[in-house]
Amino acid sequence: MTAKNKEPYQQAYYPPAPTGLTRYMRTSLVWQFYRFWVINLKILKLLLRSHH
Amino acid sequence: MARIVILGAGISGHTAARYLGKWLGKQHAISVVSPNAKWNWIPSNIWVGVGQMTEQQVTFELDPIYKKLNIAFHQAKALSIHPDGGADSADPFVTLEYTDATRAGQTASIPYDYLINATGPKLNFGATPGLGPDEGYTTSVCTPAHALHANEQLQSAIAKMRQGATKTFVVGTGHGMCTCQGAAFEYIYNVDHALREAGVRDQARLYWISNEYELGDFGMGGVHIKRGGYVTNGKTFAESLMVERGIEWTVRAAVKRVEPGKIHYEILDGSEHELDFDFAMLIPPFAGQPMKAFDKAGEDITADIFAPNGFMKVDADYKPKPYEDWSKADWPNTYQTPKYKNVFAIGIAFAPPHLISKPMQSANGTPINPAPPRTGMPSAAIGKAVAESIRDMVAGAPEPTHTANMARMGAACVASTGSDLFKGTAATMTVFPVVPDYDTYPEYGRDMNLTFGEIGLAGHWMKYILHHVFIYQAKLRPGWSLLPD
Repeated sequence: MTAKNKEPYQQAYYPPAPTGLTRYMRTSLVWQFYRFWVINLKILKLLLRSHH
Repeated sequence: MARIVILGAGISGHTAARYLGKWLGKQHAISVVSPNAKWNWIPSNIWVGVGQMTEQQVTFELDPIYKKLNIAFHQAKALSIHPDGGADSADPFVTLEYTDATRAGQTASIPYDYLINATGPKLNFGATPGLGPDEGYTTSVCTPAHALHANEQLQSAIAKMRQGATKTFVVGTGHGMCTCQGAAFEYIYNVDHALREAGVRDQARLYWISNEYELGDFGMGGVHIKRGGYVTNGKTFAESLMVERGIEWTVRAAVKRVEPGKIHYEILDGSEHELDFDFAMLIPPFAGQPMKAFDKAGEDITADIFAPNGFMKVDADYKPKPYEDWSKADWPNTYQTPKYKNVFAIGIAFAPPHLISKPMQSANGTPINPAPPRTGMPSAAIGKAVAESIRDMVAGAPEPTHTANMARMGAACVASTGSDLFKGTAATMTVFPVVPDYDTYPEYGRDMNLTFGEIGLAGHWMKYILHHVFIYQAKLRPGWSLLPD
């Protein structure tokens, strides 16, 4: 059976979709453990800049 | 001895109470007035709304906590403010009506030397006919009771889907001028996660509806972040996540009324539409709590103290001006009211000078734009700054000594997109400053090194840890004052 064309010009047609690697990295324990500390550091910097 | 009264015990009011109790509780009289006996960590209500947490996990009794700091707790709602005193009292005072079971309906007055209005929002479900769990047909996650009701409805829908039914879930904002899109944003992804866990996602249509001009606006005019070699608008990532999870959306929408199973809404071009639903969680618009103010002679001065939407006027610039002339200087610094130097308004209770997102109106004149967010981190920072100012004014400072301007303050938002220790994710977003500052950051209005966003399991861990850290802090457990607010 020949596959039908996918409908273009719809809402879901335009936004970027995460690749398999991106989706994997979102729940990769090693990578996310590293990102956890990076995010904490970024939020700490934000807090320090916010206090007057 | 100074008498300090705090109206409200939400995030900002409780933050102010904690610090004032720590600094002044032994020498001065501090009172907190709140109609609710329990404190609620509101950001976790979305997990109650999908059955991942119980009401007990997001609330605790306030009175025992305040006893630790020698703070008098009144379970009551504030009725009126008398900043010049009254016929029988030279001192300023507030009147209140008790809401606890033993004194329900009794009224009293409490004199004050310093007053903090932290009454939070009135959940204005009445602004949209048919909105809300009490007199309407939609659910909410704004209170623990609402979130429990939402979960009951959700679990009922899931049970029917397990028997083969298909259902439409609509989540978003229930009026053209809502704020707090973030809570709805979190909730729709948690509903998606719950449906997948239950194995019925294929039988569900998930639909987002909001008053944002574009997805990812969140009442802050959206954000730009660096990603993949580009500076990209947050809209791109918000839309990407919606598509990835199979969620449809409509933005620029004002929900006008809700009937059983049907939402009527208008969009910016003035056209009107209908959306069928089986389950809907729509955030209501916020208004100020309905408090009055009177002068010494008993004349109503509410319009002098409060903006028409019920929020209290503070040291902001409220002169109407066009969007292109808005600036960081419009936003309040000390949250002191202009006429009464001993009265402050914090958290959602203060009247913002204007929106942050660009004001928009439909072809029919219906305002369709998000109101500015004042929740979470900014609320706590403002509460602490005002507590510091009052501490110093009690000690003799003539003016407030601390500021917390939202145009010089950042905010972090960790939005859960599914709760699970190993498979969960959350979108972590930070923005600095909350109110764009085009003087300092001419290109995007924000510091691009402090404004970022990413999705991942680390965000879920952050959200889970923050839940426990903030409840630990709010319960005044050992070392609480060393933790960041």
